[in-house]
Amino acid sequence: MSLHAQDDPDLRRAQEERLRAVWKPPEGLFLRWTDTNNNRVGVWYTLTAFGFMLFAGVLALIMRTQLAVPDNDLVSANTFNQLFTLHGSMMMFLFAVPMFEAVSIILLPQLLAARDLPFPRLSAFGYWSFLIGGVFVSGSIFFNAAPDGGWFMYPPLTTRTDLSGLGADIWMLGLSFIEVSSVAAAVELIVGVLKCRPPGMRLNLMPLYAWYILVVAVMILFAFPPLIAGDVLFEMERLLGWPFFDAARGGDPLLWQHLFWIFGHPEVYIVFLPSIALFAMLIPTFAQRHLLGYPWIVLAAVGTAFLSFGLWVHHMFATGLPKISLAFFSAASEAVAIPTGIQIFAFIATLWAGKVKWSTPLLYASGSLAIFVVGGLTGVMVAVAPFDWQAHDTYFVVAHLHYVLIGGTLLPLFGGLYYYWPLITGKKLSDRMGRIAFWIMFVGANLAFFPMHLSGLEGMPRRVFTYPAELGIGGLNLASTIGAYLFAAGVAIVCLDLALSPTRPKGKRNPWNAGTLEWLALPDDEDWGIRSVPLIESRYPIWDQKDFVKKVDEGRFFLPDAEEGRRETIITTVLDARPIAVIRLGTPSWKPMLTAIVLGAVFILTTYHLYMAALFAAFATLAMVLWWLWTGTAEIPEKPCKPIGHGLEVPLYLSGPSSSGWWAMFITMMADATAFSGLVFGYYFFWTIHAEFPPPAFPGPGMVWPMVALALTLVGWAGTIATREVHARGKVTLARTLLVASLLATFASLFAGLAGPWQYAMNPEAHVYPAIVWTLAIWTAVHAGIGAIMQGYALARSLAGRMTPTYDADIRNITVYQHFLALTALVAYATIGLFPAVA
Amino acid sequence: MKPGFRNRVKRLKVTLWTLIVPPGVWAVHFLFSYIWAAVSCAKLGEWSLFPTAFTIGTVVALGIILVSGWIAFVQSRAPGDPPPHEQGTDIDRLRFLATATLLLAALSFVGVIFTALPVILLNDCR
Ligand code: HEM
Ligand SMILES: [Cu+2]
Repeated sequence: MSLHAQDDPDLRRAQEERLRAVWKPPEGLFLRWTDTNNNRVGVWYTLTAFGFMLFAGVLALIMRTQLAVPDNDLVSANTFNQLFTLHGSMMMFLFAVPMFEAVSIILLPQLLAARDLPFPRLSAFGYWSFLIGGVFVSGSIFFNAAPDGGWFMYPPLTTRTDLSGLGADIWMLGLSFIEVSSVAAAVELIVGVLKCRPPGMRLNLMPLYAWYILVVAVMILFAFPPLIAGDVLFEMERLLGWPFFDAARGGDPLLWQHLFWIFGHPEVYIVFLPSIALFAMLIPTFAQRHLLGYPWIVLAAVGTAFLSFGLWVHHMFATGLPKISLAFFSAASEAVAIPTGIQIFAFIATLWAGKVKWSTPLLYASGSLAIFVVGGLTGVMVAVAPFDWQAHDTYFVVAHLHYVLIGGTLLPLFGGLYYYWPLITGKKLSDRMGRIAFWIMFVGANLAFFPMHLSGLEGMPRRVFTYPAELGIGGLNLASTIGAYLFAAGVAIVCLDLALSPTRPKGKRNPWNAGTLEWLALPDDEDWGIRSVPLIESRYPIWDQKDFVKKVDEGRFFLPDAEEGRRETIITTVLDARPIAVIRLGTPSWKPMLTAIVLGAVFILTTYHLYMAALFAAFATLAMVLWWLWTGTAEIPEKPCKPIGHGLEVPLYLSGPSSSGWWAMFITMMADATAFSGLVFGYYFFWTIHAEFPPPAFPGPGMVWPMVALALTLVGWAGTIATREVHARGKVTLARTLLVASLLATFASLFAGLAGPWQYAMNPEAHVYPAIVWTLAIWTAVHAGIGAIMQGYALARSLAGRMTPTYDADIRNITVYQHFLALTALVAYATIGLFPAVA
Repeated sequence: MKPGFRNRVKRLKVTLWTLIVPPGVWAVHFLFSYIWAAVSCAKLGEWSLFPTAFTIGTVVALGIILVSGWIAFVQSRAPGDPPPHEQGTDIDRLRFLATATLLLAALSFVGVIFTALPVILLNDCR
């Protein structure tokens, strides 16, 4: 289409009608829930996370009411334990992280002028998993069955089934399920940022929010898997009696603390950086100028991400580790203050250099930064080990963490709410109510949490359900309670403001006069995402590019039409965003929801020890996933290429490293490999704590079977690579034969891997050594099984004519999996088979 | 330095992968320091390999960071487009990635020194 064609209003109208028809949301009482469009799924996601936040907030109010006066008996100690555990766990797992993902699912496509994210159905799957898992975990409190071990669930109290009830299983399994959905969302967001940018949006023109999404999603990828590994060990101990954390049988509760905090500390930055990202969007708007120090902000984001993985032991200062280890982590904890400070200074500088408009969102941004800085300062204090020994597990820490979380997560999100509400609903919220609410919350937060520093230093431990009057901290606690209620009143005003929104008239487009792409959205939103995909030449195209909005609206850029009646978006290159393909996106479907339901069933049934039913659900999940992939991915297009305007013609199919599917596989496997390294860490951790490991009294798996298993895995791996190469050269029959051979080898490696521990009758309940060996063997065997299923899948695709030498994404993607499988097998079998010989 | 060398440096390409080299070096150094201290304290009760191995490792880490920082510095001054270097051109994209790498190198340099300090200040396994 040349520029001329778009001058014709009739053509434009016809295009708009086609786009509208293609992107029409499903209607009807039930059908509407099959939607996968990011606009709608993102909004559900956000509302659900907001609801969980309110629920967890009510739990906090009950706690504060109990603590208002000394020796109170409003709730029992037992209930109080459930309250703080559920409050903390919900705030972290059901509010802070999902909220980031929810907001990003709404914003990212708009920021990148994409029609949708690359895997819309995956987003929907993530949402349904989140909803099911969240309701399961939070509902437990109504049955007096909520987890009660604190949000970090330290063993041995939580692993001993005589000391803890169903709650611990609900926490582990329910939240594991949600962790899976968090990782799924992270994959989606990373691929979105790397591959779905508009043409011309090179890395240096990317909106900073996208940079932060990329960084945070990568952090999720490396932070959550160690926790998943920990969850696996934890449930093996609870359900099967494998003694990973039981010191009497060679285990060690500290292993859990390591795995938890390798997740837990980055988590703090995972929930904080997205708020900074919101600031990076709204501050330039209200300063009406470009953000200063763009590379500095990127430095800060990437630097924080790295350093945050070197901090975890600062939560374990009081566990008696050697001082030198503590000192490493103390040093890194202080170092992370550098990038954090840089971001804040860049914002201040931007405001300084611009003409500032003191809007409500900006008020939230600056107010929350002030609160955050207080939390940051006490953070620098508790990062010093000797100080932490005094303050550990006191209310000082409660004060610190709430300053950070309220200033770094909650209030910035309210600021983002006031800023982005017009984008989503077309209506502004009330500035007046927003400001009133802000000041009430600001005062409330300080009144609630500042006194806790003092009560902590006076000696009030955290997680106590009451305290004696003689301690002399009644006044401080009463102040905290009043503050908490004030804060809640502020939140109530925000909710009221939201509730009044439907009665207000629509506002104008881009009400804040912002410069970034997301503000192209119209007050009466269309579902197609963007009318035409623009060519980007600036970081603030709406401000800087001539007639930008008009050209987008008139379809003068790329992909202004949906001629074939398909949902489509453009795929570009990672560094320079050169368009390389158009891909067809998933349409509304029941599959994501059904898959989430059966997968949820696996976790929930296991919680209640209904193992047969859980196994059945696991097979159902497998079947669902295969059906979903078979019908929805790597579809062979009806023609090889299509024009997207301006004389550009791009393919409709990609395979290998330039495609989004390949990246999704690669990224998912990075997460998987990280979880695996958590388990391997466990093995060597046990080696360090035992004088002799493997212990002489317990037999090992021998050397032979592990080596046989390794050899078989490598044969399967090499065979798959050969298949890919032969297939690409057009020798389909030979490729199929090779694939069958590889499948057999991979499948056989499953049994060979288990044969070692089996033959030597290693009893995993007797000691941690057999338990960890079995765990590594089973992990690898399960992966071999999945690898074999994938090989079978590719074979079936080939036989069904859904995979050909030109359209070979399937075999390329499963080869990525095989690389990781080979690596896993190498590490696992060398560890269990060879290490005993050298240890 | 030979003029040819500088030119070759200029032709190297910064990418997302090279961006994470300096912090990656920090991470590897940090991990090894931690593992080394943990294993030698747990298994030997003392730091038998100190200070040679640790010193060499630290110097190597600092060296790699310096080199990547220097390459980034050279590239961040690639001549071409006019300031403020915020355009969607090849040169500006290069300059951006190089500047960010340079800054990360500075941060990682400080980070590695921070990690080394405890070893200098404390030297036993208590
Ligand atoms: C006004 C709002 C809030 C109030 C009044 C509040 C109150 C409390 C109270 C009373 C505790 C228990 C302290 C103890 O007994 O040791 C607690 C713990 C905690 N809160 Fe909050 N909180 C609020 C907001 C938040 C937010 C927004 C987050 C995170 C995003 C959060 C995360 C946590 C965590 C992680 C714990 C630790 C739980 C544990 O000890 O296992 N809180 N909060
Ligand atoms: Cu931390």
